Parts: sequence; C-alpha cells; structure tokens
Amino acid sequence: MLSIRNLHAGVEGHEILRGIDLEVKAGEVHAVMGPNGSGKSTLAQVLAGHSAYAVTAGEVRYDGQNLLELSPEDRARAGVFLAFQYPVEIPGVSTAQFLKAAVNEIRTRQGQEELDAIEFLAILREKLALVEMDQSFISRAVNEGFSGGEKKRNEILQLAVLKPKLAILDETDSGLDIDALRIVAHGVNALRTPDNAMILVTHYQRLLNYITPDYVHVLFNGRIVKSGGKELALELEAKGYDWIRDEVGAVEPLGAA
Amino acid sequence: MSTTAKTVEAAVNREYEWGFVTDIEADALAPGLNEDIIRLISSKKNEPEFMLEWRLRAYRHWVKMDKGAGEPRWANVTHPPIDYQSIVYYSAPKQSMVPGSLEEVDPKLLQTFEKLGIPLGEQKRLTGVAVDAVFDSVSVATTFKGKLAELGIIFCSFSEAVQHHPDLIETYLGSVVPYTDNFFASLNSAVFTDGSFCYIPKGVRCPMELSTYFRINAAGSGQFERTLIVADEGSYVSYLEGCTAPMRDENQLHAAVVELVALDNAQIKYATIQNWYAGDQEGRGGIYNFVTKRGKCVGRRSKISWTQVETGSAITWKYPSVILQGDDSVGEFYSVALVNNYQQADTGTKMIHIGKNTRSTILSKGISAGHGNNTYRGLVKVLPRAAHARNRTQCDSLLLGDRCGAHTTPYIEVANPTASVEHEASTAKISEDQLFYCKQRGISAENAVSMIVNGFCKDVFKNLPMEFAVEASKLLGVSLEGGVG
Repeated sequence: MLSIRNLHAGVEGHEILRGIDLEVKAGEVHAVMGPNGSGKSTLAQVLAGHSAYAVTAGEVRYDGQNLLELSPEDRARAGVFLAFQYPVEIPGVSTAQFLKAAVNEIRTRQGQEELDAIEFLAILREKLALVEMDQSFISRAVNEGFSGGEKKRNEILQLAVLKPKLAILDETDSGLDIDALRIVAHGVNALRTPDNAMILVTHYQRLLNYITPDYVHVLFNGRIVKSGGKELALELEAKGYDWIRDEVGAVEPLGAA
Repeated sequence: MSTTAKTVEAAVNREYEWGFVTDIEADALAPGLNEDIIRLISSKKNEPEFMLEWRLRAYRHWVKMDKGAGEPRWANVTHPPIDYQSIVYYSAPKQSMVPGSLEEVDPKLLQTFEKLGIPLGEQKRLTGVAVDAVFDSVSVATTFKGKLAELGIIFCSFSEAVQHHPDLIETYLGSVVPYTDNFFASLNSAVFTDGSFCYIPKGVRCPMELSTYFRINAAGSGQFERTLIVADEGSYVSYLEGCTAPMRDENQLHAAVVELVALDNAQIKYATIQNWYAGDQEGRGGIYNFVTKRGKCVGRRSKISWTQVETGSAITWKYPSVILQGDDSVGEFYSVALVNNYQQADTGTKMIHIGKNTRSTILSKGISAGHGNNTYRGLVKVLPRAAHARNRTQCDSLLLGDRCGAHTTPYIEVANPTASVEHEASTAKISEDQLFYCKQRGISAENAVSMIVNGFCKDVFKNLPMEFAVEASKLLGVSLEGGVG
C-alpha cells in the first residue's frame, strides 16, 4: 500500500529525513519510534503533504500513485489520514459541520452521493460511542477549548468517521492520562481491518501495551536504524534510546551525513 | 504572497451573480435636483400637502449644507466628489396603470424578482415571509398584504401608506431621523420616492417575517427609499431587507433612511443582507451605500435589534443605531462587514442611553480581503439620567491577505457614574495550520476559507432568521449545506 524509498526531506534547507525506507502493506500496523528530534513528526507531516517541508530526494508510492505529487487534500481524498499531534482550533465551526464537510467533499470526489444531515448524524452518533463522548461534543467548535485528551479523542473520532486506508497517528498518546489512552487505543483497535494500515508515531512504548503493532521501527537521526517485531518496543523500553545511540554510533558517528 | 493569502483570495473572489439588467421602459425624470423636481416627485405620487412641505424643508436644509460643509468627511473612506445634479431622482418602470393586483404587474418585473430568488406570484412566493419588492424608485408588489391585514398589521409601500394612512405617516415620519439629521438623510427626505411602511398594532405578534427587497436597475439613477416601522405597545415584528444592483462601471448612489419606533414592551428585529454591486476587481463602479438607520426605543422595556451582513457596495457608510429612551429598553447591533478588492466600509452603530437601566450589546465582525478597507466606528453614549445603563461591545477583525486594512474607532461618552461600559477588540488572520488541518481532511482550500470565515461570523448569523442565515453564509462564499445543527 505504501512504499517509501530513500526519502530525504527538510525544512528551510535543514535536512531532517536522511533516507527513509519503509514498506507498509494492507492490514499492517507499524510503530515508528525514536527519541525527540529523530524526525518522527516530520515523516508524518511529509506524508500528509505539509507545505513547510520540502522533499529533496526519494519517492513515496501509495496505492500505485506517486503520493508526493498529490496536494494534501487529494492525499486525504485518496485515503491518507493524519491524526495531528497538535490538533488545530477552528472557532465557530462545529465538529459536526467540519466533519460533514470533509465526508461529503471526499464522497463527491469519489463519485458518491453526499450524505444528508440525518444520514450523517446517524454515523456520527455511532462513532461517538467508540470514543466515549456524548453528543454535546459535536456541536462544540472544532477543538476550541478542548482538553488535551478531548483533542486526541476528536482525532480518533474523525479517523472513525473518515475510515481512511492509511492512518498516520502522530504522537496520539502524548499528553494522555491512562483513561484517555485506553479510549484512544480502543478506538484504534476497533478500526483495524485487513484492508487498512496504520503507522503509529510514538515516543513511548506504553501505547503499544494497548495496540499491538506488527512491526516496530526505530527512527534515529533521520533514518530507520532498526526494525523488528513488537518485542523491539519492549527492548527499547527496557534499555532506553541510548542503547540505539550507542549501537548506531558504533557504526556511524552522530551527525555524519 | 503566501499560499494562505492566495487561497484566501481565490475563495473571496467570486463573480457577482446579480449583475444583470432588466430591459424595461422607464418613466424617468431628467437628471438634476431643484424645487421643481421635488414638486414633480410629490405630484407624481399624489401626496398630501404636508409631505410636499416636509420635502421642501428638507431640500432647503440640504442646499444650505451642500453650500456649506457638504458631505460628511469624518469617515475613513475616499471617493471622487459626487455630482448631485447628474443624478436621476425618479425612475419608475413604465406601466399603463397602477397595478391593483399581481396580474397587472409587468411580467418582466416579476421575472426579475424571480431571478433574484424572490418569487412574488401567489403560487410560488416564499412561505412565512411577506415581501415588498422595490424596483428603482417604486414598490412593484407586496405579498401577503391581505393575510396581515386580518391581524390589523399594515404592510405596504410607503407611497400607499401616504395615501391610506397619512396620520400615521405625519406622526412618525422624521420622528427618529429628522430631515436635518445629516447630509444624506436630508437629501433622502427631499427626494425619496418609495420604500416600505409597516405598523404592528398593540399586542400583535407578527406571524411571519416581513421583508423588503430593493433592486436598482436603471442607469444613472440613485435610489432613495425610506422605510418606517412602528411597533405599537407589546407588539413584535421581525424584518428583513435585501438588495442587489446591476454591474456598471459608474458609481450609483443609494441614500436610504430607515426609522424604527418601538413603544412600550414592543420588539423590533431588523436584519439586512446588503449585496449591492461592489465594483470590479480594480475598484471601478459599484454602489455608494450612504444610509441612515436608526431606531428609537420610545417605550419602557422595548427592544430593537439590528443585524447586518454587509458584503456589497463600493463604499458602505452606515451606522444603524438605537436611541434608548424608555427605561429598561434594550438595543442590539450585530454586524458582519466584508470588504474585498477596493471596497471600503465605515460602519458601526450608536447606542444612546437616555432611560434608566437601559442595556445595549454591540458585536461587530469585520473581514478584510484584497485591498479592502474596513472601519468599525461606534458610539456608546450614556446620558446623565441613564442610571445603571450597561453596554458590552466586542469588535473582531479577520484579515485575509496582507494588503487590506482593519480599523476600530470606538467613542465612549459616559455621564452617569453608575453606568458600566465594556469594550473588547481582537484582530486575527487565517493561519496556515488551520488551512492544512482542513485540507488534510479532504476539504479544499476554498471551502476551508469559507468555513473558517463563516465560523468567525457565527455569533452574528445566529441572530438572522434561519433561511436568511443560509443566504448570508452563502454570500460569504460558503454553503451552510455542509452544516448540521
């Protein structure tokens, strides 16, 4: 589904991703872990098409298309979803209104009929239950005055409603208390199907106590330096990122281009 | 220019849909202004003597002002001098007779309004809204008149009211906006040709929205209409005004006056969706909308609310105000003003607190795009007798792009120590992050901008009747069809 080859990208001439290779197939969940500044969020933003990041080399194929050529909205319409690390507030626009606009714009582009208010509300109500939120939530303005946990649950709600093929969750676990983490993880697990794939970008292993990944990758200094199964996350948890730093550093000094 | 600015520009630059011209023969006077023209207008309308006298007094006052200081110059707008002798002051679609019923109205006129989304025919007309349709200088039709009359409500063209209810006109005309009020109000008083009149009797709650739709069609003419609404004790009425004009390269003057009178415990809600032609992208053409709107809460516990959505006109100069004379009376002003290209708006309100415990609320949302220049100008005045008067003002500006302007000029004059006045202002831009967030959900940049702008205006739109809130948000380039609840 997703094939990343030798991806280099940066911001304002400063290279952050220095040759990423990653293959993601339908039905798989990949965890991308790494210390702060390793390029995890950059990878998420580049895949979603944020204009602040420039891709300088490499390619990304998604469903047979060159993903990097698509605008952010076309990537979304093709089924790429990013759960934001810092969800944005849109004052005066209700969550329901926002999501309905998104759903219907995607449907229209895919040649499907728009949902009317009643059909849409029925879907939305069902998904609200998944993230354990009551109905008042959807009439509040998008993320405005939301707590950290509510913002993340709102991202999962949107994920549930939009049902993307490829979901990238950027540090969705950061800043969550244990209850919110459980709710978010439950939502994500419920949305796993053999046809979609997920990339979980995370600093900590604790999310992986709730969501079991098929693969774990360690991102370090803009490259994936180690890949393995779910046990790799536990090893990281036990040994810390310094272990990786030492291991990689032995092969190649830090900061070498 | 940043990508945000570009997408914003694309979103706000939409074609003006209502710029067509109706080809209809007009009965028009020669351009120019003098006492003979005024006598001619008055006689064409078969007016009683007191009307002509009043017009002439207004005209003589205006001539003095014109020779003196001239037009008001304090507003933050600029335009070349207006040649008042080149304007046609009366232009009416030619009809062989005064239409007594819809069947007798020229089908071209009916078609024009239908095209504007205001069907007047019995079968098709809007449900729950009675419409007075004004074409250039005259009212062509008023719907639901009979049904309203059953409740004692008078809703008709101003000309008709002068004929059938001269006592009401004589009592209330100029009682809120005297003919000496300001340059444009004096001009209007001298030459106004039609408009709407509405009287709600004691204790009657008007069961439907009343609405006037103004259409300028003829070239070279000005539109000078006058609206007068009187809500008697304990009555309620909600009123809506809409306006459009053809696209033309020259500027046209629209100088209207609206007077509202609320007696004890009466409530008037007045909403405007102003979509006059705004001129082209280089700033050529468009309407000069120089309008005086004022309400007077004469009675105790009366209430007047103004809601305006100003998206059109080359220049908007307009301050819908409330004189809070009755004790415990309430005034409200909710405004969205959008300027794009080279549009200029200097708009706001005046809340004059005279009675005790009077309250007022001002909520102004200014949106500036292109080279547009937007000024909020507002006066909150508390007179010595207005003990415990309260005002809350909030002015928010949203800037789209980096060549537009937003200004806030509040005047606050308080002469009673028990009064409380609050003023809050903010300025914001649409952020790159907001746009990216929307796009990542599949929403096009254009729709994202519309949605964000719409969200910014939400607190004003919620004061509009539902169907007009939809129209208003469409006007801002948005479809509320995307919204539930």
